[in-house]
Amino acid sequence: MYAFAYHQPTSLKEAVSLLAGEDAKLVAGGHTLIPTMKQRLAAPGTLIDLGKVPDLVGIERSPRSITIGAMTTHGAVADSADVKEAIPALAELAALIGDPAVRHRGTIGGSVANNDPAADYPAACLALGATISTNKRKLTAEEYFTGLFETALEEGEIVTGVSFPIPHKAAYEKFRNPASRYALVGVFVAKRPSDIRVTVTGAGSNGVFRWTEAEEALAKRFSAKSLEGMSPSASGLNSDIHADADYRAHLIGVMARRAVQKAADR
Amino acid sequence: MSAVSLTVNGKAVTADIDPRTLLVQYLRENLRLTGTHVGCDTSQCGACVVHLDGEAIKACTVLAVQCDGRSVTTIEGLASGGELHPMQAAFREHHGLQCGYCTPGMIMTAVDLVRRKGNSLDEHTIRDELEGNICRCTGYHNIVKAIAAGAENMAAEPQKVAAE
Ligand SMILES: Cc1cc2nc3c(=O)[nH]c(=O)nc-3n(C[C@H](O)[C@H](O)[C@H](O)COP(=O)(O)OP(=O)(O)OC[C@H]3O[C@@H](n4cnc5c(N)ncnc54)[C@H](O)[C@@H]3O)c2cc1C
Ligand code: FES
Ligand code: FES
Repeated sequence: MYAFAYHQPTSLKEAVSLLAGEDAKLVAGGHTLIPTMKQRLAAPGTLIDLGKVPDLVGIERSPRSITIGAMTTHGAVADSADVKEAIPALAELAALIGDPAVRHRGTIGGSVANNDPAADYPAACLALGATISTNKRKLTAEEYFTGLFETALEEGEIVTGVSFPIPHKAAYEKFRNPASRYALVGVFVAKRPSDIRVTVTGAGSNGVFRWTEAEEALAKRFSAKSLEGMSPSASGLNSDIHADADYRAHLIGVMARRAVQKAADR
Repeated sequence: MSAVSLTVNGKAVTADIDPRTLLVQYLRENLRLTGTHVGCDTSQCGACVVHLDGEAIKACTVLAVQCDGRSVTTIEGLASGGELHPMQAAFREHHGLQCGYCTPGMIMTAVDLVRRKGNSLDEHTIRDELEGNICRCTGYHNIVKAIAAGAENMAAEPQKVAAE
């Protein structure tokens, strides 16, 4: 790891002004950034730790949504009675991230800011129609996730929280890479008041995406049978040493049917 | 250099350190608490697990400066008055180790597991929760047995549940 200067601001305002400095980067749980810095793939001159900024931690439930502060850990989401009751699929997703120690440090803000193509939260954000709040504005998930490790965040912009509308039913099915624990393929299915969404993570060469054919089939009848024999085209899917594009396409069909079954049984 | 103050195994410590010092480095090299191990240095193996404010974390993936104002418990902080913590005693009793390299991390993970899931743990839960702890020697069977027994013994001897 290269040397850096370190700051622990105690207000969002202070964090924003420190972040305007040259070569400054935020650190939340550090469970993506610190490994990357150890490998010298990232070498920020200054780290701004969000750990002591108040009001970024916590889960709030309203009749229609669950709002999660950016610095809330995966473990806190997985264990939250409110999340388990209102959107059980979201608590289950959080419980599948990494391992218990990773979940005690990794945060939702860090995860959506990083937008790893194999991360879990982006699938939930896009399927549930989440709103990502920053210190400057509010963005829909469609506007926010723009590609591989790419988001609509501008220089100096800080994610403050993510708000998830409560769906009628939802479920997440993940086929884990047994070594890294990230998603080889993860499918989130949400039956919302306005529409049905099926999103896929771990597979797309541009990051998370909606599988619209499956959405249309489920709009006719919300049943795993509606997806019988279906899988998306393998073009545009990742091929790597863990799985080729055809296998990923097949897995998407399988995970989607399992997720629909699970949601329908709720 | 950055100033950092934290509590380690119940004792207040302060230091002026290079901000890139990892918590595990600080514990081992500055405080000479070498019970916490480094297996992989890539957040995979769990040999470095300690408790931060009571929660299991991988000390190779946390900066010491991030722990300012917080409380850390290492394997050295578990035993009290020269007597092993019930989880440590269960690992000895059930042969939950061979070379012992993974053991401090296993035990810290196990104590955190009991905090979160209680004293009555089935085999499936234990194996699932050991996702982030790798053992090169034992094949896990005796680790799983030791954790189940240690969890029950912790209920019987609640006064010995760590210094945190
Ligand atoms: C062993 C291991 C297994 C893992 N398995 C999974 C898995 O199965 N699924 C999964 O989804 N993830 C997994 N992860 C990643 C983990 O969830 C990370 O914690 C997460 O992706 C990043 O969150 P963080 O809080 O650690 O962010 P950090 O590492 O602190 O930051 C990541 C990036 O986001 C930026 N950032 C952080 N917070 C904000 C903010 N509020 N506003 C703007 N930018 C911000 C940082 O500047 C940095 O560029 C794993 C990690 C490890 C080490
Ligand atoms: S040394 Fe920290 S997880 Fe392996
Ligand atoms: S006892 Fe040797 S690594 Fe576990």
